[in-house]
Amino acid sequence: MPDATVIPMNPEDPKRLSPSKAARRVGNTGPQPRRLRAAPPPPQEELPPPPPPPPLDEPGQAADAVAQLGAWVEEAVAFIQRRLRGDYAVDEFGFDPELNDQVLMGLVRPLYRSWFRVETSGLEHVPAEGGALVVANHSGTLAFDAVMTQVALLDDHPAHRHLRMLGANLVFATPFIGQVARASGHTLACQPDAQRLLDRGEIVGVWPEGFKGIGKPFSERYKLQRFGRGGFVETAVRARVPIIPTAIVGAEEIYPMIAESKVLARILGLPYFPITPTFPWLGPIGMIPLPSKWYIHFGEPISTQDLPANAADDPMIVFNLTDQVREQIQQMIYRLLMQRPSVFG
Amino acid sequence: MPGVILVTGAARYLGGILAESLVAAPGVERVIGVDVVGPEQPLAGVEFVRADIRSPVIGRVMDEAGVDSVVHMGVISTPNQAGGRSTMKDINVIGTMQLLAACQRTPSVASVVLKSTAGIYGSGPKNPALYREDTEPAHAPGSGWPKDCAEVEGYVRGFARRRPDATITTLRFANIIGPRIRTGLTGYFSLPVIPTVLGFDARLQFIHEDDAVDLTRRAVLAGIPGTFNAAGAGVITLAQAVRRTGHPWIAVPSMMFASVGRSISRASDISRAHDADFSAEQVRYLTYGRVLDTHKVEREFGWRPALTTAEAFDAFVHRGDRPEGVTAVA
Repeated sequence: MPDATVIPMNPEDPKRLSPSKAARRVGNTGPQPRRLRAAPPPPQEELPPPPPPPPLDEPGQAADAVAQLGAWVEEAVAFIQRRLRGDYAVDEFGFDPELNDQVLMGLVRPLYRSWFRVETSGLEHVPAEGGALVVANHSGTLAFDAVMTQVALLDDHPAHRHLRMLGANLVFATPFIGQVARASGHTLACQPDAQRLLDRGEIVGVWPEGFKGIGKPFSERYKLQRFGRGGFVETAVRARVPIIPTAIVGAEEIYPMIAESKVLARILGLPYFPITPTFPWLGPIGMIPLPSKWYIHFGEPISTQDLPANAADDPMIVFNLTDQVREQIQQMIYRLLMQRPSVFG
Repeated sequence: MPGVILVTGAARYLGGILAESLVAAPGVERVIGVDVVGPEQPLAGVEFVRADIRSPVIGRVMDEAGVDSVVHMGVISTPNQAGGRSTMKDINVIGTMQLLAACQRTPSVASVVLKSTAGIYGSGPKNPALYREDTEPAHAPGSGWPKDCAEVEGYVRGFARRRPDATITTLRFANIIGPRIRTGLTGYFSLPVIPTVLGFDARLQFIHEDDAVDLTRRAVLAGIPGTFNAAGAGVITLAQAVRRTGHPWIAVPSMMFASVGRSISRASDISRAHDADFSAEQVRYLTYGRVLDTHKVEREFGWRPALTTAEAFDAFVHRGDRPEGVTAVA
């Protein structure tokens, strides 16, 4: 039966008078002949009778395309006008959903889709509504892993959730980066901000390895570093939201950091100054990340609902939970590493 | 319920409006306004005493009138108003000490309301996104008006310890804005070309001048003790605010921001623009911004500002008295 629907498509499209190259190639294979047999004789012969459609259709399509383009331009102009009038809303953290969804994410989406070809799994572990704490491993010299996780949750999660990340104060002290981070919904890694976001039912992302994780040498790739002071666990317990351990594989290879310059780092006031096979030797070209193939897996959530009432004030519970999260992420990393065919996939 | 109210800083805009609004309040017998300079316009129903709060005269006034409520709005925010930064600091800090000493000696004083500023939290990348009344500031202000206010708050806390029977209310206002008030910030937003800090977009909050007066009035009349943040709902960024003014803007690297701003301020022929403040603290504020958590005042006063941050700012933008020169440039 489905074959019948294939045939009528052709007459409408004048460019498809003869089967395309691909169709002919497919025609050589097994199942195709059967489809041809089931269908009435070659469709090409039926084409001449209805000549009006193409001339009618062409301008129609063109008009459609023009109208579509017009609508798009109109929308873009309205967007720019709104921006220039200052007529848009930001939340108290400086999150600008309009700018984030329509511009900022559009800029990094090609990296997610085409450059790193990120494969995301386990999204069902991220709740469609309500707060949750995403905890992931950190790597790659620059925080591309965090941004890619943000794209994953916005694009691929059915509820299109915004990930509100907690960053180091260096991020917010740096021109442009701090501004973009705030507009993108991120805030300083501190207890009050994390608590406030979780209480509002947001998904909060933390990378507890911090600079130790992102700035580690290539030789230590995929070895989880120490997890801060576990403040993130305490906050999640207090807010009674699930903790979602998350593993990111592929980010370690984007800038293989073979050495670092302590002197330059101190001069520039940075936590580390990376030296990779291409940076700083090739200048800005050396800053292009290598196109490794990425995997992001959101793991089984760890519930904090059933903990005793004052669990957040019990350091032993917090330490144990922190270890559990760390252990689970490390296991997930090993599993993803075993499964991936090669670095550039 | 206060009967005799003393308002410091009554010659200036907010103090004057507040003093006038208290006259008609139920139960209020007398409102005494105090300031070092005379009021610009007569204050209806207010007994004005021209006195320096740094002198012991203030104690005699309070004693003779049997003042039971003191509203301290006399902390000066810009050096222009006082005639130099050192005089300003003198009036703010020494004046407050004198005033509180007088309050302590006057047994009738039962409540003190202090108009402070959210500036005491400072601004910077290490501060949380929102400040609560108990937030320990990571970037405490090192100079200027916010520093004075932080010190004044300290003295008021000291007074509270020595006079535990008195009700102390401290109100930390976000930037007060509106069609009439003139501050360093309204001066900044009146510049013919507004400089912004390149690579930063500060989150700002405003409270409308009428809302600020309304809350202070309620604090005086209701006598609710504590420290409270007060700001209009919502947030706008500096970029949004600048665009809402309709003035052209120019993004300047932070190192050159203050000097460019001062040059524009000096070169402009708009009188309001000469108020523009580019002190170190103000530059930090325009770089990182500041947002307040206002739940406490909403809960304990059962009050929220009539206008949001954006509405308060728009009330300033559409103030009517278009200063000369703006249209020509913009």
